[in-house]
Amino acid sequence: MLRVHELQKSFGGFMAVTEANLAVDQGEIIAVIGPNGAGKTTLFNLITGQLKPDKGRITFKGQDIAGLPAYRVCRLGISRSFQIVNIFSRLTVFENVQVAVLAYLKRTLNLLRPVKHLAIRETKDILVNFGLMDKADRTSGSLSYGDQKVLEMAIALGNRPELLILDEPTAGMSAEETAGVIKLIHRMTADLGLTILFCEHDMEMVFSISHRIMVMQMGRTIVEGTPDEVKNNPMVQEAYLGGEEE
Amino acid sequence: MSIMGSMSQKRWVWGLALIIVLPALPLFLSRFYLYLLALIAVTGLLATSLNMVLGFGGMYQFHHTVFYGVGAYAAALMLTKTGLTPWLGFITAPFVSAMFGLVMGLICVRLSKLYFGMLQISLGSLVWAIVFRWYSFTGGDDGIHGVPIPDSISSAAGSYYFTLAVTGASLLIMWLMVNSPFGRTFQAVRDNPQRCEAIGVNVKRHQLVGLIIAAFFGGVAGVLFVVVEKSVFPDMMFWTHSLEILIMCLLGGWYTFLGPMLGAAVMVTLRSLVGIYTEYWTMVLGIILMLLIFFLPQGVLGFLLDKLRPDNSAARPEEV
Repeated sequence: MLRVHELQKSFGGFMAVTEANLAVDQGEIIAVIGPNGAGKTTLFNLITGQLKPDKGRITFKGQDIAGLPAYRVCRLGISRSFQIVNIFSRLTVFENVQVAVLAYLKRTLNLLRPVKHLAIRETKDILVNFGLMDKADRTSGSLSYGDQKVLEMAIALGNRPELLILDEPTAGMSAEETAGVIKLIHRMTADLGLTILFCEHDMEMVFSISHRIMVMQMGRTIVEGTPDEVKNNPMVQEAYLGGEEE
Repeated sequence: MSIMGSMSQKRWVWGLALIIVLPALPLFLSRFYLYLLALIAVTGLLATSLNMVLGFGGMYQFHHTVFYGVGAYAAALMLTKTGLTPWLGFITAPFVSAMFGLVMGLICVRLSKLYFGMLQISLGSLVWAIVFRWYSFTGGDDGIHGVPIPDSISSAAGSYYFTLAVTGASLLIMWLMVNSPFGRTFQAVRDNPQRCEAIGVNVKRHQLVGLIIAAFFGGVAGVLFVVVEKSVFPDMMFWTHSLEILIMCLLGGWYTFLGPMLGAAVMVTLRSLVGIYTEYWTMVLGIILMLLIFFLPQGVLGFLLDKLRPDNSAARPEEV
């Protein structure tokens, strides 16, 4: 579904991504792990069009998407959430998701119809799924951090993506909230047939839910394989897991 | 719920009162006060049109009065230099402003935030300079005086009614736009343009459309200015005037729909009153601005709505 081939990106003289390779197939849950500064977020930004790659190929369902602007990548069926909370803080929870649905329905340039009656059912479905319905009318900026991270994901679903990219979905969450997110991810793949690509520092979560794992170090893909393969790989143990697992 | 209910009930009472009182005013008020009210309506419409992009789109539109000036000059020139019916001039002028908004927007929306605003000031000042110097066409720094307005709307009461009707209709259309899918998306662009791109919104295109809408209604305000003043002059599109309009939006509350109208009412009234006692209007303006920044960062209406709301969150347009 998604193929990343020898992707490269530098900022000034700093190579953030030197050589990233990644393959994601329909229905998979893929994790990208690596130490801080390994280039995970940059990789995601390159895939979803927030950044333009210097070199390399990105194809989605056979189509070359490298360098497309973010809104066009999104329209092809790739949605994402962000590492830092990135919501519409003055809009209500309902409106946050509604805007994404409106964008999916291509209604955002409609000037005179009352927005009150548009995309209501789709928006409510998503809010119910994410357990945000009781907070629908709250201003999103006033939500708790955990709820804002959940809203992050809810917004990303407004576009009915095929591939959902989550940048550290549980960062800063309590154990309880993390469990909730894991449940959500399972539900999204099972019920909606979503393919999920995510990065995360919580190794327990990564190894429990992902089908395959890609390990990055200093902007380079060093290993890509099943959780067991990755766990037993000497390069990974040295580079990354070693310190943490002892 | 009960608070919301009583708020929307109150809104209707206020609306009804305005609909009865405003048209009856010419029976009681002198020419001067009718003129003042018409000027408030014109300035308020201008501020509201600016707020479409400033408050609801988060665009730093620092030189909005260019569109006001272009609309006013377009109307005045058509009325004085052509034999066409004046009404045609009134209708065409806002479209000239909108076209102008399109051209300026195409150049400016590539840049974001402050850079957008700075480029707009530069381009706008260029337009001002052309108008200021082109004596043979625009009348230069003298402007154009004695614009022939149709008899039916040239009297104090006539221009008051005309201004009131057009302002009311324009506000209604803008209100519908704020509460349309475009309006909601535009507010999302204001809150977080990067996230908007990520959910499939072409941010620059929405900003361009917003700017054209704002320019159009700025042009409508320009036409009304010609009707009320029967003259135009280049200072109406000087950049300091744009700042004054911007301050009106901030004073009234830029996240509210009617805030800019309220801000315009306060500032236009104050300027007329202060003008009787002192010529240092800008000093008073400075003091107002300081008080505003320290005590009412959300503006007067934003502050009041905040106090009335149960969860103390930011004011929402459809409740104003």
